[in-house]
Amino acid sequence: MQSKKWELKLYVAGKTPKSMTALKNLQKYCEEYLAGQYKIEIIDLLKTPQLAEGDQIFAVPTLVRKVPVPMRKIIGDLSNEEKVLVGLNLVPVKPTS
Amino acid sequence: MKASSKKGMENKGMPKTLTGINGLDEITEGGLPKGRPTLICGDAGSGKTIFSIEFIVKGAMNYNEPGVFIAFEEKSEELAVNVASLGFDLNKLIAEKKIKIDHVHIDRSEIEETGEYDLEGLFIRLGYAIDSIGAKRVVLDTIENLFAGLSNHGILRAELRRLFTWLKDKGVTAIITGEKGEGKLTRQGLEEYVSDCVILLDHRIENQISTRRLRIIKYRGSVHGTNEYPFLIDKDGISVLPITSLKLSNEVSTERVSSGIPSLDELLGGKGFFKGSSVLVSGTAGSGKTSIASNFANACCNRKERCLFFAFEESPEQIIRNMKSINLDLQKHVKSGLLKFYASRPTLYGLEMHLVVFYKLIREFKPKTVILDPITNLVTVGDPSQVKSILIRLIDFLQKEQITVMFTALTFPHFMQSSADEDVASLVDTWLAVQDIEFNGERNRAIYIMKSRGMKNSNQVREFLITDNGIEIVEVTLGPNGVLVGSAREAFNLEKNTGEVLRKNAVERKNRQIESRKTILDAKVAKLKSEFELVKEELDRIYVEEELRNEIAEKNRKQLMKMREKKEQNIKKEKNK
Repeated sequence: MQSKKWELKLYVAGKTPKSMTALKNLQKYCEEYLAGQYKIEIIDLLKTPQLAEGDQIFAVPTLVRKVPVPMRKIIGDLSNEEKVLVGLNLVPVKPTS
Repeated sequence: MKASSKKGMENKGMPKTLTGINGLDEITEGGLPKGRPTLICGDAGSGKTIFSIEFIVKGAMNYNEPGVFIAFEEKSEELAVNVASLGFDLNKLIAEKKIKIDHVHIDRSEIEETGEYDLEGLFIRLGYAIDSIGAKRVVLDTIENLFAGLSNHGILRAELRRLFTWLKDKGVTAIITGEKGEGKLTRQGLEEYVSDCVILLDHRIENQISTRRLRIIKYRGSVHGTNEYPFLIDKDGISVLPITSLKLSNEVSTERVSSGIPSLDELLGGKGFFKGSSVLVSGTAGSGKTSIASNFANACCNRKERCLFFAFEESPEQIIRNMKSINLDLQKHVKSGLLKFYASRPTLYGLEMHLVVFYKLIREFKPKTVILDPITNLVTVGDPSQVKSILIRLIDFLQKEQITVMFTALTFPHFMQSSADEDVASLVDTWLAVQDIEFNGERNRAIYIMKSRGMKNSNQVREFLITDNGIEIVEVTLGPNGVLVGSAREAFNLEKNTGEVLRKNAVERKNRQIESRKTILDAKVAKLKSEFELVKEELDRIYVEEELRNEIAEKNRKQLMKMREKKEQNIKKEKNK
């Protein structure tokens, strides 16, 4: 049931500490919960500003989940794990101890 | 020293950007501060979005300044539809790369916030939009939506401050809109960030009639009008009504225009009204005010000048039909485009709005004559003092444009003049009063000139007749009991005429008597003369006879004497022998 492919886009504006933190956090969560089922695309708006309009980006960093639908957005440095998981609609499959 | 010189510089001329919005550039003396953000605030539905979109569209169309519109509320397509009703083709301007609309969609349900972030994404979008079309104008409508979509207001406030600084650095003239909050200009206190120019839009309802108003709360480094200015949103966008020059320095004309009623012109020094002057016609109901006004309109059109007729009581069709009954064909002038009616119920808008409409129509149609029939109906939407202030402004404006205006005002028979009328009377140049005279069981109309500045005018009350052939003003008759009008005048005239005939008859009789008397006397004189001739002839005859006899006697005596002498000589001769 977790065979869906997760397409995640992380919008940043240059290599700011905030975006670096966000990327680090995202990679951590993905490895933990979506190992092998995800794809992360990093979009630097300083290089491609025209892409900001399409995904309705106004804050950075912003994480966009396009697939599976519905689209979800999480803004900020993703430092709160629970919020990110809720935001991505990821049911935490924590191993029962 | 330094401060004062800086201030002097600012007063000299703060660079400004023309908005292209009717009337606003006059109030602000040149538009909004160039290269700086301006805050437009007001309640929902007060016209903020239309105001800002017009700023962008006019910039692109009239001043060759491309603009970016960042919409936080409406989608680009929705905006295009909304402003299409104002006659702006947004899609065409977008295709021509003169305008760029970017809709920033913020939906709280889609967004989760965790940790630190900033609004760099918005800056990048805005910067990209500006650079892609070389925009000089930017609108952010309504940036406060960010506060609804995002929960970390600390970050938002810091970012907004940065945004306004960034806009200034970009050198774009920006409008930021904000919804009015409780006791504050905007809900989120945007006025703290925008310090150069703040404009408040207001939508007020008094007596169930709405009036939109605009007020410049702050305009740093520039003089500006501080009043509340009414404005109108119609099919051509926004028109703000500047309160026109408050100086009394209008040009005046000595040219005269006919009132369309020759006998009325005669009362006005024989030439009519001054061009560009204001005329008030007051009278009771049914006294013929509209007829006078229609005649004036007709005369104007006959001179091939345009005339604008504001009707507040009757529909144009009604006026045209009614005027036909007094032999006045207004239809042909309507057809030829010289006469334009504008009929509206006074309660359609507030007073200020009416004024805005007057201005707009007058500017569009460029008439030489304007008629308002009747102004007293305007009192239903405002009190007399408001009506007066509106009329002052209207007269002022019309005078500047050299347009002759005629107002009609309804008065009530019980009070000589109503208050509205008196208020207006001091403003107008010429005041004609039509009055009912009830006398002898009938009602008649009398007209007189209450005042007429700068011309000789008759002080006489005249009778005012509305006949099948039009309006006629006839001299009233002074009878032994005062002025006579109507059938009393007719009767008096009749009586006078009868008297005259009788008198004439008497005179004729006398003349005849004298004539016959003279004939008799003449005859007598002739007879006496002939008698005298006879006597004289007799006397002459006697005299001549006497003379003749004397002559003959003398002759005889001389002959005798001669004969005697001869005898004696003969005797002597014989003796000598």
